[in-house]
Amino acid sequence: MNNKVQNNRAWLLVLPMLVLVAFSAIIPLMTVVNYSVQDVLGPNARFFTGTEWFESILNDSALRAAFARQILFSLTILAIQVPLGIGIALIMPKRGWQASAVLILITLPLLIPWNVVGSIWQIFTRGDIGLMGWGLRELGINYNITRNAGDAWATIILMDVWHWTPLVAMLCYSGLRSIPEAYYQAARIDRASKWAVFRYIQLPKLTNVLVIAVLLRFMHSFMIYAEPFVLTGGGPGSSTTFLSQSLATMAIGQQDLGPSAAFSIIYFLVILLVSWVFYTTIMHMQKDKNPHGGA
Amino acid sequence: MAEITLKGLAHSYSKTPASHGDYAIRQMDHVWHQGGAYALLGPSGCGKSTLLNIISGLLEPSEGDVLFDGQRVNELPPEERNIAQVFQFPVIYDTMTVYDNLAFPLRNMNTPEYRLDTKVREVADILELTPLLSRKAKNLTADEKQKVSMGRGLVRDDVSAILFDEPLTVIDPQLKWKLRRKLKEIHERFNITMIYVTHDQLEASTFADKIAVMYDGQVVQFGTPRELFEKPAHTFVGYFIGSPGMNFMEVSHQAGSVMFGDQPLPVESAITRHVASASSSNIKLGIRPEFIVVSDTPSRNALPIQIVTLQDLGTYSLLSFTLAGQLFKARLPEGHAPLGSNAFAEFPIQHISLYIDEYLVETGYE
Repeated sequence: MNNKVQNNRAWLLVLPMLVLVAFSAIIPLMTVVNYSVQDVLGPNARFFTGTEWFESILNDSALRAAFARQILFSLTILAIQVPLGIGIALIMPKRGWQASAVLILITLPLLIPWNVVGSIWQIFTRGDIGLMGWGLRELGINYNITRNAGDAWATIILMDVWHWTPLVAMLCYSGLRSIPEAYYQAARIDRASKWAVFRYIQLPKLTNVLVIAVLLRFMHSFMIYAEPFVLTGGGPGSSTTFLSQSLATMAIGQQDLGPSAAFSIIYFLVILLVSWVFYTTIMHMQKDKNPHGGA
Repeated sequence: MAEITLKGLAHSYSKTPASHGDYAIRQMDHVWHQGGAYALLGPSGCGKSTLLNIISGLLEPSEGDVLFDGQRVNELPPEERNIAQVFQFPVIYDTMTVYDNLAFPLRNMNTPEYRLDTKVREVADILELTPLLSRKAKNLTADEKQKVSMGRGLVRDDVSAILFDEPLTVIDPQLKWKLRRKLKEIHERFNITMIYVTHDQLEASTFADKIAVMYDGQVVQFGTPRELFEKPAHTFVGYFIGSPGMNFMEVSHQAGSVMFGDQPLPVESAITRHVASASSSNIKLGIRPEFIVVSDTPSRNALPIQIVTLQDLGTYSLLSFTLAGQLFKARLPEGHAPLGSNAFAEFPIQHISLYIDEYLVETGYE
């Protein structure tokens, strides 16, 4: 059966792809690796430092705090956006012009650039001219995102929910549309309650889109930078300083190339690891349900 | 257990139906007796699924009444009609085991667990699902899934009827007969009214005692498979039932004989009388391909024909020929003498039936 033609010139066809990947991923990543294990003092003065930068990053208490905030932030927005997105998808109109209209309305926040979102909310929450800030103050609520860490947190979460829940809702909407009508009819005949229809028909059929939604939202939120930076600048104090902002301060503000390179690599590995663990766990769970390999 | 009566039933998907064409189901009366095994047979788009959904309550008819044992149920939703329906594609609850799937309708009715368990095991036993009870329903084959969705209908007490909407579409051919036999078995055991929608005449006639043939939103004939074959009440039934379907000739009356083109046809005198007195010009004579006698020697009533093709189909041969410019099909028994270039066909008069305006006219002979 082995009648494959051997021709080493085939490598020429692979070469363009290799060059592309090298420039887009491997070389930039290797420069970061390069910096992370050296102390570069000048063009001709560099010293090998081994794992020194990595150790100092892992022992940095400010970064540990930022990491904890980051985890808390990602978990919070997932806990809100996933159920809310499912809920919105369930009540969206199913057909006709209303469906298109709602779909367009709901996707509008997704089209707004990160910096603009931050600016919009910055103005929105201002006590003097912002509708929300002014309104809350008029109601007698002491709301100030520059002084009160709780207010800053709540506002950032609200902003992210407003900006990104539509993505989850859209994914769920498409998942719901793909459920054949017969399932709903059979459920009616079986006298299933609305809850049972959701629990045993809609939710199982949404599993795949929800995996995508959770992965996307986790990766996105774990890297969040522009919106909180514009809105609160990481404050008050460092109460809303997330990992990306810490990294930017370190790399650009302080020009600490070695530590920030080590930081970048750890950051990247954490995202990769969490996504991989989540994905394989879900896939494994589905495999368990499917011990005989049938589709 | 119920007798299902359709009274003056009609359905249109448009809100303001103006003409015939707006109706998916044209006005009809029909009775499905308790305990019968019925098939609803017709081509795609003839309204059979619409009719089924009206019976199960998934659709509310725009006109007329649906009666269960004389009780009007038009407004009752499917969950209150106590009906079971099996769909074209198996509907199962993926995340549940087979057991939980079967128990699902009972749990929704808050059946006590001990009664539920007996019932589920009984139904699983009949459907040969017992070894699969603890398996996830998702991993089953298509025919097993279809049995599970049928089982969900059977577990309930006193199911009025089980409706099947082309349930064997996705089943492997070699398993179809097995499942069909199972259906028969269940019907005999539970004495439940069953209505089986299909476009396959073989499926319909092996399953049902009586078949309702639907065409263009109407039931054009309701009868046993044999009646449909021997006495099609409508030209569509003649054409749809049988393989190949009935041959039809448009005929007219001329000087005391029945003319097919310019060819006088020998027919029963009763038919000649009816053709002569018919007010419509839509007059057709039908004959089944099985009854046409073909030979290569002329005889008194035989007409000369032009042979087009002769296909050997194993147990019989299928002859296509033209007569007066029209194509006919005839079924010749195995081992029929070979035909030369001159062939003659005879239409035995006792097998010719008359259709005026597409409907059969009983001409009185037997």
